[in-house]
Amino acid sequence: MTGPSIAERVRQVPPSGIRRFFELAEEMDDVISLGVGEPDFTAPSRAREAAISSIEQGRTSYTANRGKRELRETIADHIGKWDLTYDPAEEILVTAGASEALDLTFRALVDPGDIVAVAQPSYVSYVPSAIFAGGTVRPVQTKAQDEFVLTPEVLEEADAGDADLLVLCYPNNPTGATMTEAELARVAAFAREHDLTVLSDEIYADLTYAGEHTSIASFEGMKERTVVYNGFSKAYAMTGLRLGYALGPSEVINAMNRVHQYTMLSAPTTPQYAAIEALQSCDASVEAMRSQYDHRRKFVLSRFSEMGIDCFEATGAFYVFPECPWDDAEAFAQALLEEQNVAMVPGTAFGDSGSGHLRVSYATGLEELRTAMNRLERFLE
Amino acid sequence: MDTRAELLGLLRENARYSVSDLARLTGRDENEIEEAIATLEQDGVLQGYQAVVDWSQADSEPVRATVELNVALDRETGYDDIAQRIVKFEEVRSLRLVSGDFDFALDVEADSMGAVSRFISEQVAPVPEVTQTVTHYVMESYKENGIEFGDGHDDDRLSVTP
Repeated sequence: MTGPSIAERVRQVPPSGIRRFFELAEEMDDVISLGVGEPDFTAPSRAREAAISSIEQGRTSYTANRGKRELRETIADHIGKWDLTYDPAEEILVTAGASEALDLTFRALVDPGDIVAVAQPSYVSYVPSAIFAGGTVRPVQTKAQDEFVLTPEVLEEADAGDADLLVLCYPNNPTGATMTEAELARVAAFAREHDLTVLSDEIYADLTYAGEHTSIASFEGMKERTVVYNGFSKAYAMTGLRLGYALGPSEVINAMNRVHQYTMLSAPTTPQYAAIEALQSCDASVEAMRSQYDHRRKFVLSRFSEMGIDCFEATGAFYVFPECPWDDAEAFAQALLEEQNVAMVPGTAFGDSGSGHLRVSYATGLEELRTAMNRLERFLE
Repeated sequence: MDTRAELLGLLRENARYSVSDLARLTGRDENEIEEAIATLEQDGVLQGYQAVVDWSQADSEPVRATVELNVALDRETGYDDIAQRIVKFEEVRSLRLVSGDFDFALDVEADSMGAVSRFISEQVAPVPEVTQTVTHYVMESYKENGIEFGDGHDDDRLSVTP
């Protein structure tokens, strides 16, 4: 008996690059981690109360496959602020986190050998999810000199025009980069010209610090070729409640729902009640968190500049992506962790174009950020 | 957001932020911050900087009470006149004119329950316009100035996540 053999498509995906680092950090005491990809805030009280109250009322059965109708309608209202119009009946799917929605899209759209272009540095799950679905990944390396925005030039360089799908995420994890309307317009034109389907992860859309978010789906001729992902994890600090949603053309959403109904049936019910309340009455909580992130962002950028660390002014999400003072960011991150108990994630965990950089999350209290920056300063001396 | 509003927000969050921290947090230079704070003080917007104390954790605890005050006005005496008389006592930590069933809400603090009682009966109640006082002693405080008391919540997030 040789035991079960693991499928090739799983074996070809290495464990997350963050994993080794996580294990190191977990073993140490008194670590200040700037490596966390989730808010340090808790979900707004009103949203938590709505979840509790739904349980007290015994609302513990399945919902519709696509998610509660009221939630989809509330989402449809909410996304109006980004000039997005989607039909709650056919074009919105509520999922267990935006990650599930992305996975569903790959499974619904990717045939073996289809090419999935992924703008990098990127969130760690796009590449594996595309591979699990049988896709061939073509990384598109955005550049530090462009402050990591996606351009037609880097798309050309990567031959992304031949791809079937293009995955992008702005505001970006890990760089914190955002894209302006004009910059997105050029990418939209490229996608239309090359008939690309665009998967746009906009989970950080509410966390921008220099003007409102623009969705690539809001451009002429883009809605029909774009799937947008958003959710409640980041802006509403509801990561553990696992709730997200996808917006897309009805035929894509229907195909995703076909996979979803057999694998998940419906997104968890309790968080859906929390999400309705979050969208309807928690704008002030989101703004309060956003304002704190903005202060911390400026604080960290100021401290970097005082220390002579180069870092472009990231205006979204809760990350900054400084250049690493050493050539080898992995060695730097490990030494900083071991000597000063401060965790930052080396940029290579997010793709080759992240090399020479560090992802620094400011989803951490200001006092801890201050201590971490002081330790970093000591480390550099 | 303008500098004044932003600074007020930050100082209400933590009045001990240094000028250099405030400059970093707002992305402005230190001179600008110093000037803005000086102006806020001169304009009387910033009236002081105080500590928030959880007395249950301190070595000794003052007695505190919230006092409802009803008054009767006449042609010569308005709310402001009555307030001027009461506000000067050091036992009075805050004094507000409020809407509803009573006129003034006072926060009073003294070393003992007897001292609070005597202060109300000997200094406040005898004021001619005062018609009624209702004293509520503070038994437990859970939150002051927006700061929750207690252990706070532990950060149970994983140390490194994507």
